[in-house]
Amino acid sequence: MNRALKLTAIVGAFLALFVPRMANAAPPPEGPSVILIQNATVLTVSHGTLEHASILIKDGKIAEVGLSIKAPKDAQIIDGAGQFVMPGIIDCHSHIAIDGGVNEGSVSVSSMANIADVIDSDDIDIYRDLAGGVTAANILHGSANSIGGQTEVIKLRWGQPAEKLPFEGAVPGIKFALGENPKRSNFSLPGQPKRYPATRMGVEETIRGAFAEARDYEKTWEEYDKRVAAGEKNLIPPHRDLKLDPLVEVLQGKRYVHAHCYREDEILMLLRVAKEFGFKVRTLQHVLEGYKVADEIAAAGTGASTFSDWWAYKVEAYDAIPYNAAVMTRRGVIVSINSDDAEEATHLNQEAAKTMKFGGLSHDEALKLVTINPAMQLGIDKRVGSIDIGKDADLAIYNHDPLSAYAVVQKTLIDGRVYFDRQRDIAERPEREKEKKALLEKEKKAAEKKPDATVNLGRKSGEKKSEEKKPDENKPEDKPKPPQAAVTGAVMDFSAYTVALLSGGAL
Amino acid sequence: MRSSWIWRSASAVRVVTFSTSLCVTALFALLCAVPSLFAQGGEPEYFAIRGAKVAPVSGPPMENATVVISRGIITAVGKDAVIPAEAWVIDGKGLTVYPGLIDSFTDVGIPAAVPAGGEGGGARRPQESARGPQDRPNSTPWRSAADEASLSDKRIETWRSAGFTTVVSAPKGGFFPGQAAVLNLAGERAGDLVVKSPVAIPLGLQPSGGFLSGFPDSLMGVLSYVHQVWLDTAWSVNAQTLYEQNPRGVQRPRYDRTEAGLSEAFEEKKPVLIPANSSLQLRRALELAERWEVNGVIYGGQMAYEVAPEIAAKKIPVLVNLKWPEAEKDADPDEKPSLRTLRFRDRAPSSPAALAKAGVKFAFYSGSITAPKDILKAAKKSIDAGLAPDAALRALTLSPAEIFGVADRLGSIENGKMADLVVTDGDLFEEKTKIKMVFVDGHKFEIHEPEKPKDAPKGDVSGTWKLSYTTPEGSEGSTADLSMEKDGTITGMITSHRGTANIIRGYLSGDKISFTINIPLDQGPTDIIFSGTFDGTSLKGTINVSNLGLSLDFTGVKPGSRSNAEAGAASQEGDAR
Repeated sequence: MNRALKLTAIVGAFLALFVPRMANAAPPPEGPSVILIQNATVLTVSHGTLEHASILIKDGKIAEVGLSIKAPKDAQIIDGAGQFVMPGIIDCHSHIAIDGGVNEGSVSVSSMANIADVIDSDDIDIYRDLAGGVTAANILHGSANSIGGQTEVIKLRWGQPAEKLPFEGAVPGIKFALGENPKRSNFSLPGQPKRYPATRMGVEETIRGAFAEARDYEKTWEEYDKRVAAGEKNLIPPHRDLKLDPLVEVLQGKRYVHAHCYREDEILMLLRVAKEFGFKVRTLQHVLEGYKVADEIAAAGTGASTFSDWWAYKVEAYDAIPYNAAVMTRRGVIVSINSDDAEEATHLNQEAAKTMKFGGLSHDEALKLVTINPAMQLGIDKRVGSIDIGKDADLAIYNHDPLSAYAVVQKTLIDGRVYFDRQRDIAERPEREKEKKALLEKEKKAAEKKPDATVNLGRKSGEKKSEEKKPDENKPEDKPKPPQAAVTGAVMDFSAYTVALLSGGAL
Repeated sequence: MRSSWIWRSASAVRVVTFSTSLCVTALFALLCAVPSLFAQGGEPEYFAIRGAKVAPVSGPPMENATVVISRGIITAVGKDAVIPAEAWVIDGKGLTVYPGLIDSFTDVGIPAAVPAGGEGGGARRPQESARGPQDRPNSTPWRSAADEASLSDKRIETWRSAGFTTVVSAPKGGFFPGQAAVLNLAGERAGDLVVKSPVAIPLGLQPSGGFLSGFPDSLMGVLSYVHQVWLDTAWSVNAQTLYEQNPRGVQRPRYDRTEAGLSEAFEEKKPVLIPANSSLQLRRALELAERWEVNGVIYGGQMAYEVAPEIAAKKIPVLVNLKWPEAEKDADPDEKPSLRTLRFRDRAPSSPAALAKAGVKFAFYSGSITAPKDILKAAKKSIDAGLAPDAALRALTLSPAEIFGVADRLGSIENGKMADLVVTDGDLFEEKTKIKMVFVDGHKFEIHEPEKPKDAPKGDVSGTWKLSYTTPEGSEGSTADLSMEKDGTITGMITSHRGTANIIRGYLSGDKISFTINIPLDQGPTDIIFSGTFDGTSLKGTINVSNLGLSLDFTGVKPGSRSNAEAGAASQEGDAR
């Protein structure tokens, strides 16, 4: 992903700067069971905007929304004067909070790998995205494989253990990827076998082959179950295959397909293959040429999750236009705007706002792109995505209209708990700095006791010493550098390429 | 150090590797010395340590007590223990007797071996990467620590000298490296080392090579692989049983070496060792143990201070890695560690106390500590961080014995248990305390700790030295490359036409010099100690072979220095520095 291409990166980076690198997940904030947000501008998404309105939260759910709600006893009051409350942002395509690698890139079908096994609740990006108003995210395997790993929808419950992050009841998903990434991932070092496929044809064949295998596997189990039901004893059961289990779930409609794609031809290819095998593609991800085949996507009942205005960062992104989201919306496709990137996720509100300029979506239509629409795409719209009675109290409170470039998140709530509070964060920074300094000092002292370790440890932990060393260390840098050999260029290209593939293999 | 088998089988001693000129001499001395020293037939089999402080671990400490050892077994403990007439009586005054220490997870005793290939037994070419779980990547669960244990591992002696009589050892590397065994750290043949096998199935969850390395190259891939292997093993056990009942008309279940290697341990519910250090990993490990339906034992455990109660709730034991996290050496000084990292480094040693408080059974293991003396120092850190000394001792003795199912034979000083003991001149965790002797299976090993430099060094011995001495074979010489630090500590190597050996310890204190090399003899690694005086230009002293009570005079000069003409011509180049 090429950040330089992102017009909004500066604003995002600015926001990110204000979120300190939290050292540890704070203990889960124990919220009061009753909260009243008073006198705020409430962007319900489902039924318009309410001025000077209140939201009553009870036991993590929205209990009341209206203009005159009396504060119950023991309610914590959040003064919303001048503030804007919107449903927490839902990111339909994220790679944050993954421990130990985003891609199982070794095989063309890695459906046995499951993001749910490796959710990293300590990833600072959870907190940073919270600070951007995000409350739920679809955590996806990367796009190195035609059929990637299983995905997991999480709530950004920062500070809770990993097992508390999954969005309860969300339909599990699986990542597919079409086009350049899966076909480029056959890249290999000299002497190593290449990985299939190397073309778009091969990608199609890989998916087709995997589902044919899954269908046979399903049949084998059905036959076995039948024979057992008929009373046969001592049968050797078929093998369980963790690669095929999730594909059978796709065939049975129990698992959503989230397919990374760019070009119209590959989009249509996948829709055809899905039809042939009798499953639905839940969302097309990125889908930058979706505007060309919006009718076909709408007819297939498939959602589209795209970027606001990234294009031309690789060959299959040349035909992208910033009108993509608006065009698809007008043609009846459920569209969301996603981040694909931890930083981008901190300003999805602004990404959504761009569709008002490019394509003329209304204020509410723009908001839907990052709230109720992704909720529908992930099958969690009964729980989240709008401010309605009975829904989860997953809310983002801004100091301006969230679609304004001036909007900064003040508080983010999940299940009625305040998981991000800008004021509290700012207030806690000196304390954290103090603790850090004290610990560094302690290490330094301990290192001085051990003469054998003094040199390294002392320098590392002692700010003073490292400053003293600086002039010396800088000296060699002053010397003119010898020209780099041509080989270095090749190595650089390779590593940049590798990084592009590894860093989510995302775009 | 004297051990019965060395003496008894003296005539059979073969010289395997001689890396210095002394070895032939040593053998010669050995052959001559045996008859006169032990004419009555070898090392005693009965010992009594009388009047010592005894810390049995299974009960309260006893003052002025006696421990009786008969033919490798503890046969009496207590104030009134009767000492058999044939016992070698050791005056225990000022001594404390502890159960032999156990390093609860290591590969000590298993020399590094080439992994024996993949599916089907044939060696898979290393560059051929696995294309899925069916290729069984980096899996050798059929490997057995008991079968691979070998006396040739030098660490057996260094670990024993640090008070460790026992280790839980397992092959290293990969996702299913092989089966762990409890090994005692002394024996005449490799088989003597084995106390019990297999005792556990260790897992590794580290993706192997990274990008382009084949399946699996991510943590989620590794986990999916391990899930699949457990499923396959369970299937295999079931299918094999069903097939054996009625093979007719049924396709036979496939044979898979990985499944076969795991099925026994799987059926017997052997502990499965799961790596987990951070709280994220620890919580995940608890889930994995439950999901796999195995008897999980966590190894790592250094962030247990955050999650100890959760571990306690699942009743899963923890092997705590004593290699505490510390600031990375040679790290970028401008790279500030995060607060979380700093907290971890600060609090990791408090994990054992947290585990003890929560009621988790835990044991210590050496992790990547290479000098076994540092193991007790690291354990002391956890005592400083709030762990009761008794609990620390238990984590090195009875607790690991319980975790690995051998508490019925070792781990405490009790009547009938194996005579694995460590005898010190004070509290085990005090830095000044010296380990005086160690008993392994009733065999006594005396420990001679190297002296530390007491005085500031007079002069600098750094440089290349030519050493000369006379062996029964005639005059010989070797070259010593010495490097001395300011406090007098000497490092370097000694080279002769027979080979090269590193100096394992050495010092210059005042004008007293001492340095030791360790060479492999047939009966195990043997210390050769050079000690003498340094007069500013030359060295003069004695060479001692610790195992054999042999000594020779030696002299040393710096080639090229004027005081010695005879050595000069031979090695002018050596003096280049």
